[in-house]
Amino acid sequence: MTTTFGAYGGRYVPETLIPALDELTAGWEAAKEDDAFHAELHQLLTTYAGRPTPLTLIERFAPDKRIYLKREDLLHTGAHKLNNALGQAVLARRLGKHRIVAETGAGQHGVATATVCARFGLECVVYMGEEDMRRQQPNVERMGLLGAEVRPVDFGTKTLKEATSEAIRDWITNVDTTHYLIGSCVGPAPYPEIVRELQRVIGNEAREQILAAEGRLPEVVVACVGGGSNAIGLFYGFLEDADVKIVGVEAAGAASLGTGRTGVLHGARSSVLADEDGQIADAHSISAGLDYPGVGPEHAYLRDIGRVEYVGATDAEALASFRDLARTEGIIPALEPSHALARAREMKGELILVGLSGRGDKDLAEVLRQ
Amino acid sequence: MKTLVIYLMAEPETPELARAAVEGGADIVEIGFPFSDPLADGPVIRRAAERALARGMRTRQCLDVLERTHEVVPDTALVPMTYASILEAYGWERFAADVEAAGGASMIVADLPAGERPDLRRVQLVAPTSTDERIALAGAQTDGWLYLVTVAGTTGARGEVSPALPGLVERARRLVDVPLYAGFGISTPDHARAAASLADGIVVGSRALQEAEGGPDALREYVASLRAAI
Repeated sequence: MTTTFGAYGGRYVPETLIPALDELTAGWEAAKEDDAFHAELHQLLTTYAGRPTPLTLIERFAPDKRIYLKREDLLHTGAHKLNNALGQAVLARRLGKHRIVAETGAGQHGVATATVCARFGLECVVYMGEEDMRRQQPNVERMGLLGAEVRPVDFGTKTLKEATSEAIRDWITNVDTTHYLIGSCVGPAPYPEIVRELQRVIGNEAREQILAAEGRLPEVVVACVGGGSNAIGLFYGFLEDADVKIVGVEAAGAASLGTGRTGVLHGARSSVLADEDGQIADAHSISAGLDYPGVGPEHAYLRDIGRVEYVGATDAEALASFRDLARTEGIIPALEPSHALARAREMKGELILVGLSGRGDKDLAEVLRQ
Repeated sequence: MKTLVIYLMAEPETPELARAAVEGGADIVEIGFPFSDPLADGPVIRRAAERALARGMRTRQCLDVLERTHEVVPDTALVPMTYASILEAYGWERFAADVEAAGGASMIVADLPAGERPDLRRVQLVAPTSTDERIALAGAQTDGWLYLVTVAGTTGARGEVSPALPGLVERARRLVDVPLYAGFGISTPDHARAAASLADGIVVGSRALQEAEGGPDALREYVASLRAAI
């Protein structure tokens, strides 16, 4: 069991949660060793979620190179978040929890969580900042249709940071009955490892698919990084391939790795946007899914050891790639992976793999407003 | 005699409020160093932290308030209560040294459970969910007294004293050899009496902050009502 990643990670939570984290760790360790868990999850991923997702070669978006997209946008519910939500729902059932709480920013994790709760008959409460509810209204309505209760968070930044705090407070209060279905590779141990392992399917598939298509590995692998779950899942397929350059793309106004400092947020020590006193700063991104001042502790570790390079993309760059991919390839990406596309199109290198973590339907109103 | 612990947020008025709390019968005053994302706190303390931060109460200013409060009530133990991010930014050892230099007696770090950073002397917390093993660990590592979190939940007033408290006190008595002070959810003299009949002392935070809004006289009167009840 990994509880720290170099100097990062750990369990910086109130004592009330420690026994629940111990229970979750034990349940996760048992599940990892249990063929029945893997069989159940595999069945769900293939017959319910739609795995494997395809790898698409795009030739018009950046004509001077061969860019492959790993199409998590084609997964059921429209983003990679379902991989994690399904796995944790199966885990929660093994732990005997019948109530699920989650946080959501863009709403994709909230929709994925509401979906698995509907599928398994679990009570579902999703915390969402009021600002994000405005930006991602279709996802709020989807969660309602799926039977989840969306609780608005009306203080602080009114975005993912406060929604996460409120979800954790709910968990502290209802810990006996409730599983906290965290949406990214953040939070106290064992969450960063659990989420990474549940998202690794992205990288495992992509590695096989690109070898089948090209007979070689990509020169560069690129993914967007908010909390970092789609990125860690994709990157894990290539971390051992020393010749493959790996690049994470943050929103320029929410660059926890690029401009942050070591701090403690939501249960883990990581690289966070904070002032010199340790007060968490506001992040700013057009993309609600990247609008978060923290990042998974393993990304901070991968940055420090130099295995992954983290760069930024601005709102305007992401919007341009959003529009261009729609026009040149007939694929409307989410604003989050549009950040990865913005850096990928100008990269040196001929063969590039980009994680297309979700589809852009949820972003139409926000993009048209710009 | 039961111990009465009152929580105040670090703000410019804190020394005078602490004096009033001590005059009302407080034995220990916790001083909150505000954090932007206080996971263990309910709405009252969270809002107080937001306000304190908006008034510029950063770590340096909080230490100054601690020092001035110590000058006003030199015989009262003052215990800063804060979150790990503050110490991470300030430097863990430097924070402990500067708290001591400012007259602080130990500290509480709400998101630093027993076992993490054992070298940092602090008052540990245990909760109804804590296993016997963790209560014993917290008791062994704690600094002077053990903070019993009476409920699974965040800080803030409740209608009744938690039914989980008797069991927690009974387990802690068996496992730990330090005074036990119960907090979270205690707001009225009746709560105080009920909790103090079980534990060695009580901690009152959210309601004390609300009373402190009315100024030193209101706080003194409220604290005296708790004192009379225990």
